[in-house]
Amino acid sequence: MKYLGDIGSYFIMLRTVFSRPTKSSVLRELILKEVDELVINSLGIVAFISFFVGSVVAIQTALNIDNPLIPDYLVGFATRQSIILEFAPTFISIIMAGKMGSFITSSIGSMRVTEQIDALEVMGINSLNYLVFPKIIALLFYPFVIAIAMFLGILGGWVAGVYGDFSTSEAFIRGLQEDFKPFHVFYAFVKTLVFAFILATVPSWQGYFMKGGALEVGKASTNSFVWTSVLIILTNFIVTSLLLS
Amino acid sequence: MITVENLHKSFGSEHILKGLTTTFDKGKTNLIIGQSGSGKTVFLKCLLGLFEAEEGRIIYKDKAIQDMTDDEKRNLREDMGMVFQGGALFDSMTVEENVMFPLRMFSKFAREEMLDRVNEVLTRVNLENVNSKYPSEISGGMQKRVAIARAIVNNPQYLFCDEPNSGLDPRTAILIDNLIQEITQEYDITTVINTHDMNSVMEIGEKIVFLYKGNLAWQGTNKEIFKTDNKEVTDFVYSSNLFKKIREIQLDEG
Repeated sequence: MKYLGDIGSYFIMLRTVFSRPTKSSVLRELILKEVDELVINSLGIVAFISFFVGSVVAIQTALNIDNPLIPDYLVGFATRQSIILEFAPTFISIIMAGKMGSFITSSIGSMRVTEQIDALEVMGINSLNYLVFPKIIALLFYPFVIAIAMFLGILGGWVAGVYGDFSTSEAFIRGLQEDFKPFHVFYAFVKTLVFAFILATVPSWQGYFMKGGALEVGKASTNSFVWTSVLIILTNFIVTSLLLS
Repeated sequence: MITVENLHKSFGSEHILKGLTTTFDKGKTNLIIGQSGSGKTVFLKCLLGLFEAEEGRIIYKDKAIQDMTDDEKRNLREDMGMVFQGGALFDSMTVEENVMFPLRMFSKFAREEMLDRVNEVLTRVNLENVNSKYPSEISGGMQKRVAIARAIVNNPQYLFCDEPNSGLDPRTAILIDNLIQEITQEYDITTVINTHDMNSVMEIGEKIVFLYKGNLAWQGTNKEIFKTDNKEVTDFVYSSNLFKKIREIQLDEG
């Protein structure tokens, strides 16, 4: 019953988020601030993780295919497929559920604890629209983060493959081009947009409806990570079943 | 003026407010007092419209808040200023941005006009040269003043304060009390203050509503409160040794 109540409160929140909009001049500034905090500030960690995970994917693929019947371009092919289909959109989104999600939950939760949300409501402001809507719009830029993760992951694979003597540059690049299906990139960005919506709304929901003090803000951040990750995994399965099956 | 008629509020099976009826007068500092758990904060949040009462009416400008449309409620809230217990200043904004916030949300002033108004109210609450500081960089007393400045910047008709001098030293607390009283008279607004501080009662209690276990146990002025025989009120007022001593001296002097 509790979970049903939680799901209900999430959808009621979404309805309020899209009603009674905040003044456009204020909203514009809020969106730019959220783009900076959520998108731009995530680029460093995304770049770091993508590059090195791409490298590891390439090395492990190379080490596991020592059969002479398997073509040498497979390292590039496997790296591309792993990174575009799963690593960049899904794995990075789960990392962002921790980084971005805990930031959103703790900042909104702290506002709840210190009565800043009550202050907004008393002023006659739709606090959910003011706090959550700019995050949803800002995360429309999230596919750019994933595009960078794709590029750097493949670059990391190429660097590790070529400079680690696991593959030649020509073979790796041939593998990248082999049997390339643009639909796979479309599929990756479709699910990225779904994950972006989850990343913006689930942590906000956890922070907005939390009760208690500083300890509960911490608990809400943990819950936020769990709920966001579970939803990302579930929607990943659903979108994959719908688009690739 | 705010009129409250037979207000009831419950949370689950817990009956918090039990049929409160009173009025809060314009141009006066109206105090809601009582022990912790007596229902003061719930009452204040009902007045603000943050909690919906199950029964009874809260009347602003001849119309009950319960009968107002969403637009009317929104317009009413633009006429309200609120000073929260902890200040509730926005951490991510400077003092100037905090005070300017209601103007940016609801007025069509140019930025220079807003800035003039912000500086005017900051001067009114005796704060200068703090515009670019963040709430975490100023003292608790200063934060309360910024909260008062933010509450009055839009020229509200109603000012609500939730324990405005809690956590402040006695001298700063009196300054804040006096500031609220001066602003109330100067702007001719209806001010409702939620407190359990007897110093505030003595300083600015022009009308006092005493709550006891969710009931309105007594109402009157700060002069009358020391003369009442109401047991709940006397237990509350003379719970501190200082006031007990004053009472003993008064009784000795007949």
